[in-house]
Formats: sequence, C-alpha cells, structure tokens
Amino acid sequence: MALEYDALLLSRLQFAFTVAFHILFPAFTIGLAAYLAVLEGLWLRTRREAYKTLYLFWVKVFAISFGMGVVSGIVLSYQFGTNWAEFIRLSGGVIGPLLAYEVLTAFFLEASFLGVMLFGWKKVGPKLHFLATCLVAVGTSISAFWILSANSWMQTPAGYEVLADGRIVATSFMEAIFNPSFPSRLAHMLIAAFLTTALVVGGASAFQLLRNRGQEESRLALKMAIGLIAVLAPIQVLVGHESGLVAKDHQPQKLAAIEAYWETRANHPLILFAIPDRATQSNHFELAVPGGGVLVAPADEVVTGLDAFPPEDQPPVFLVFWSFRVMVGLGVLMLVLGAWGAWLTWRKRIADSRLFLRFAVLMGPAGFVAVIAGWIVTEVGRQPWVIQGVLRTADAISPVTAGSVATSLLIYVTVYAIVFVAGAIYILRLLREGPAAGAAEPKPEGQRAPGWALAAAPENKTPGDPS
Amino acid sequence: MSLDLPLIWAGLIATGVLLYVLLDGFDLGVGILFPFSRNKEDRDVMMNTVAPVWDGNETWLVLGGGGLLAAFPLAYSIVMPAFYLPVILMLAGLILRGVAFEFRFRGQRRGRPFWTAMFAVGSILAAFAQGLILGGFIQGIEVVDDRFAGGTFDWFTPYTLLVAGGLVCGYALLGATWLMWKTADELHGDARRWAVISGVLTALFLVGVSLSTLVVHPVVAERWGWTGGGFDMGRFLPLAWIPLVGLIGLGLVGWGVRRASHGWPFIGAVLVFLSGYAGLAAGFFPYVAPYTVDFRAAAAPDNALGLMLVGTVVILPLILAYTGWVYWVFRGKVTPEAGYH
Repeated sequence: MALEYDALLLSRLQFAFTVAFHILFPAFTIGLAAYLAVLEGLWLRTRREAYKTLYLFWVKVFAISFGMGVVSGIVLSYQFGTNWAEFIRLSGGVIGPLLAYEVLTAFFLEASFLGVMLFGWKKVGPKLHFLATCLVAVGTSISAFWILSANSWMQTPAGYEVLADGRIVATSFMEAIFNPSFPSRLAHMLIAAFLTTALVVGGASAFQLLRNRGQEESRLALKMAIGLIAVLAPIQVLVGHESGLVAKDHQPQKLAAIEAYWETRANHPLILFAIPDRATQSNHFELAVPGGGVLVAPADEVVTGLDAFPPEDQPPVFLVFWSFRVMVGLGVLMLVLGAWGAWLTWRKRIADSRLFLRFAVLMGPAGFVAVIAGWIVTEVGRQPWVIQGVLRTADAISPVTAGSVATSLLIYVTVYAIVFVAGAIYILRLLREGPAAGAAEPKPEGQRAPGWALAAAPENKTPGDPS
Repeated sequence: MSLDLPLIWAGLIATGVLLYVLLDGFDLGVGILFPFSRNKEDRDVMMNTVAPVWDGNETWLVLGGGGLLAAFPLAYSIVMPAFYLPVILMLAGLILRGVAFEFRFRGQRRGRPFWTAMFAVGSILAAFAQGLILGGFIQGIEVVDDRFAGGTFDWFTPYTLLVAGGLVCGYALLGATWLMWKTADELHGDARRWAVISGVLTALFLVGVSLSTLVVHPVVAERWGWTGGGFDMGRFLPLAWIPLVGLIGLGLVGWGVRRASHGWPFIGAVLVFLSGYAGLAAGFFPYVAPYTVDFRAAAAPDNALGLMLVGTVVILPLILAYTGWVYWVFRGKVTPEAGYH
C-alpha cells in the first residue's frame, strides 16, 4: 500500500534525522565529561591555575552541549513507540531491559549530579564537587554501554528465541547483552567519543594560539588533546578493524556493501573509488588495488559478496561504501594530526608551526563527521533489517498515517534547526572568546551561566586567586 | 516464593509517573507562570529555583517511557501511536524549554527575550500535551488485534481539552506554591497571588473533569458507584478518601496562603495531585491501555521483569537517596543577591 510505504519512508527519515542530531552531543560530552574530571582532578592536585581556567571554560561548553543531548535523547525514548511500535511489541522483552538499565544506572546519575557540577561549587566544596564531575563522566560512559549493547543486539542478535506469535524473548540475557559485536563496537564508539572531544579541544586551542601564541592555557590544552589523539587514533584503527571482522562473520552483507564486493570469491581487490550501482549489481568507474583485499581477509579466504543476497536483501551499497570511506579518510587525517603534533611536542615547538595549528583548527569538527559517517555505515549496512535476520524494518513500523509522520518530521526539523543554530552560535561564541577571556574579566552583572559560578566561587579556597 | 512481577512493575511505573508529575510538575509550572512575572530579575530567580534539579526531574519521564517500554511493551506499542501528535508536541515543548535554561543565559540582545518566550511556550505546550494524553487515556484507546486501531485525532475532544486545561492550571499551582517556598519578598508575594488564582482554577477544573468523567465515561462512573441518579455508597465509600484528600489539599493551599505560610501551600498542592492521580488510577486499574489491555496481558516475559527488578531494588533507593541529597544541597530561599552562583 502506497500510504504505508510513505509512512515507512518518512519514519525512517525522521529516525535518521533525530538520531543523527542526538549522537553529536553524546559523542562530544562523553569525552568532555572525562576531560573535565581530569582537569578538575589535576587542579585539585597541583593547584595550577591553568587547569582551573580550562575547567571553568570547558564546563560552559559542556553545559550547553549536555542540555541539547538530554532533550534530543528524550525524543528517542518515545520515538520507538510513536514510530516503531511493532519493533517494541515484538522485541520489547529483550531490548526493553537494556534501555531500562540505561535509565536506572546512567541517566539519573548524570542528570542529578549535573546540577551539582554546574551550580554547586559554593554549596558542596571542592572534593564533593570533583566527585560530582566524576559521577557525571561515569554516567555518560555507562549510558554508552547500554545503548551500544541494545544496538549491537540489533546488529548481531544472540540469546533469544522467536515465539510462535512472533514475539522475541530472551533465553539468556548475558548472551543478549554481551552479543558478538558489542565489545568491539562499544570500544569503537567510546574511543570515537574521546577523539571527537580531543579534536574539538585541540582545534579550539589551536585557534586561540593562532591569535596569540603566548596563551598558556591553550598551549596546555592543545598538548593534552594532541597527546590523546596520538595515542587513540592508531588504537581506533585496530578496534575498527576488529569491528569489521565481526561484521564479516555475522553481517556479511554489511561488509560486502562497505567494500562494494558484488562477487563471492577469494583474493578481492581493495576498492578505493567506485560508484556502486544496485540496478546493474556492479561498480562503475572502479579504481582498485589488486590483492589489496588482504586488509579484509587472507587472499585465499572466500569473502561473501552481495551476489549471495537477493537484491531486496541488500543494503543501499552506495551510501555504506562512501560513508565508510569518509570515516576512514578522516581517521587517516587524525593519525597524521596526532603524529605531526607529537613530533612537534617532542621538539617543544607545538605552538610555532602555523601550518600545524591551521590543520588542527580544520580538524576540529572531523570527529563529528566521522561519527555520523560511522553510524550510517552500521545502521544503513544492517538494512533491510531492523534486527539482523529476525525482523525487517518494513515490519517494525507503527500503525500511523503518513500525514502524521510528515507533520512530526516537520516539527522536529523546525525545532531542531532553531535549537541547533542557537546552540552552535553560543558554543562557537565561547570558543572564539577562549579560556583566557573568562579568567581575565568577570562576567557582567546578571549573567549567571554555570561557569560564572565557579569562576567566582573558589576565591576563599585558593589564596591569591586572581579572579 | 514467586513474585507477582507484572503487579510489582505496574506499581513501580505508576510510582515513577507520579514522581514525574510532581517533580516536573512544579518546574513546568514555573515556566507556565513566566509570562506573569514582573521583570528579568524575577525571571532569573524563578528559573534558578529549578535550574539545578529540572534535568533530574525530567529523567522520571524517561523512566516512565522507558519503563513502560521495558515492562509492558504491548501497552507502549499501543499507547504511543494512539497519542502520536500530542507526544510529539510534548517533546517539542520539552526540547524548547529544556535548552532555554542554558540558552537564556547565553543569549544576548535578541536571544534572551526569545528563549524567555520559549521557556514559557515550551512549558505550556508540554503541560497541555500531557493533559491531552491523560484525557485520551481516560477516554480509552481503540485496539484491534493488539494494535492501535483508532483515528489520528481520537485524542482531540472537548473532554481531553478540559483535562488539558486542568493539568496546565494544576502545574501552575504546583509551580506557584514551589515559588512561595523558594523565594522571598516581592516575588514571594506574586507567587502567593498566582497560587490563589491557579488554585481556584484547578479546583474548578477538578470538579468539571470529575463530573464530565462520570457522565461521559460509564466504565469509570461505574467504578465510583455512579448510577446515573445517585451514588451507590457501597462502591463509593471505599474510594471516598480520594476526593477527601483533594479537598484537604485545596484547604491546605488556601489556609497556607492566608496565613502567609511558605511551605504548606506546596504540600497542599502535592496532596491535590495525589488525589487526582489516585482518582484516575481507581478509574482505570488494571488497564494499561484502557479499556482493552490490562497490565498482565501487556507484561514483558518474566525473565525480563525479573532481571530489571534485581537492578531496580538496588538502584532505585540509591537514586532516591542522591536525588534527595541534591535537593538538600540546594535547599533554602533563592534570592537575586545570593543566587546560586
């Protein structure tokens, strides 16, 4: 029926839009919360002013981003029902507890201690405040644990059985939670989050150093960020590769789409460029490295191609193939940034190379793009299934009309556009001012954003505090 | 020993939703009252009374949604499509008011007035949409073959509009009495006036909703012993404590306002909500998708409910403890001079 198909397409568009918008914020705040905990810990330990200045600066950025993450996340917990009611009716007995545990173990922890973190410095003293920061950071990572577990179960379902009436129940929650793709995907996402934060912190610091080389805080922050990127970027390559190997075993159609392999055979080439075409079941304008497929599997191993699946069971190859290349390309640039920065740090010249600083600024948003590209690979690569091999996306939809979904999509696009533009302006404005600005001049009266609280608060705790 | 897991979960989710209504109720109420404030300084204080806790308050809504999904997936998959547009409107409202907490402080010449307006509009929209959902819930949902089978606008009737209006006034009452508790001087005086107005309106709406429920919804009317011409006391008396608690609550609000008490009106408003909530529960228990699917039919498999119960027994007391601690940290009056910061 045309009507149902439209509701399906619109629901998919809406889910893609709202989830892509949401993922930007956790991808950033997971790492930023941990960074803030490190900064506050270092400040408590060393009492070095630069750490406090940095904390006070980045906590403002955190407050804005976290708020946007919270409200866009609430949408998701309801959207499963509004648009994907059949998915929940059938699989709620397995997915439900994982999501419930996310609320219980993570959301309350984050939300409650966020209040103390942003507004409580004067009220609770530095040690308890540090504890609050740490609990927020732990909460964000616990949240990632559960949501990645639930999503991984949809990729590589385990520990379940399908009853006669179609409902899916768990036979072993241990197997369901720790399903085959979960460990590598969780590691991949957490590292991606840390890299995203490090790239933003590095880019913003480099921007400040381009304007004024002498800034101590920005120099310190850049070094911390670059150090993290230098370590994590190579690890991420290995973890990502491991994740690909899991897909080879459990989601062969996804791997075939990633590599644009139409044929099932051994000794594949590595395809660098191609326009995959589902209509002809082949690639146009292919540029490939013969024998390069050893990166995916040993030359004599037969790798499943898309020809093993009827066309209606193949994911949209073009999108998966190119999203993967965008992600990997950015990953390579991150490797370069980390290595170059590490070398400059070793030579004690990190703030001297304007070329490097400009590169770091350009790479500032790279993490967000890579995260979205990666999620497109994993979610589009799973299609046409919502639960791999168990439930098709087309069978998961709610009994709602296309008109309703079109209306809701319009509302979401409008509201998110307003919120996103405003949030981006406020964050970019802060980043342009930089940490030094906040430390030097007290906020005008009436301004009571969270950071101000802390800027004023520790006067009686640190003798000689210039603020 | 075997536990009645579906019943336990019905109780837990009902408690979660009640906590949501009470906690987010007062901070939505503060937003609803925003348009009536005198100036920017008052609005700053009003917002600061809830800024450190609103996020935690709203998490109970996520627990309500997530809990319903997890414990009663069938009910969740019926209720959400049934109230598709009100749910979207509620979420849009919650988004706009949620980001307003930060954005209002970040905004400058044009931004601040805009986010001040969005805080009010978002709060009113979210409250009104919740009222529509609640009203639609009491009306009942058309279900065929375990799936929602009604129309797109089933939730849009004079009855649901009445309930929605009542909920907005009720939240305003919670907000006003919260502000009486948390503020001083002129703003406290304003809050006192708001409490009187919203209290009277809430009382009128409660009467209106109660009477029309008896007339429009025979299933609920029968529960209360309403025979069309009078009450069957054998049925009504066991439930009589519910309206009584509501009356006591309203009395407490009135008495507290008259005596210029700071804390009692809020307690009174909470009692009013408890009464309303219990009244609703008495009307449609044991249905989770009225009036076809009860909580047993909608329950998730026992192994899922059991797994969640283990975690809940350990974690929920912790959540309540640290939530209480956060409220304790931010206790006392909020004034412009002291502020939070």
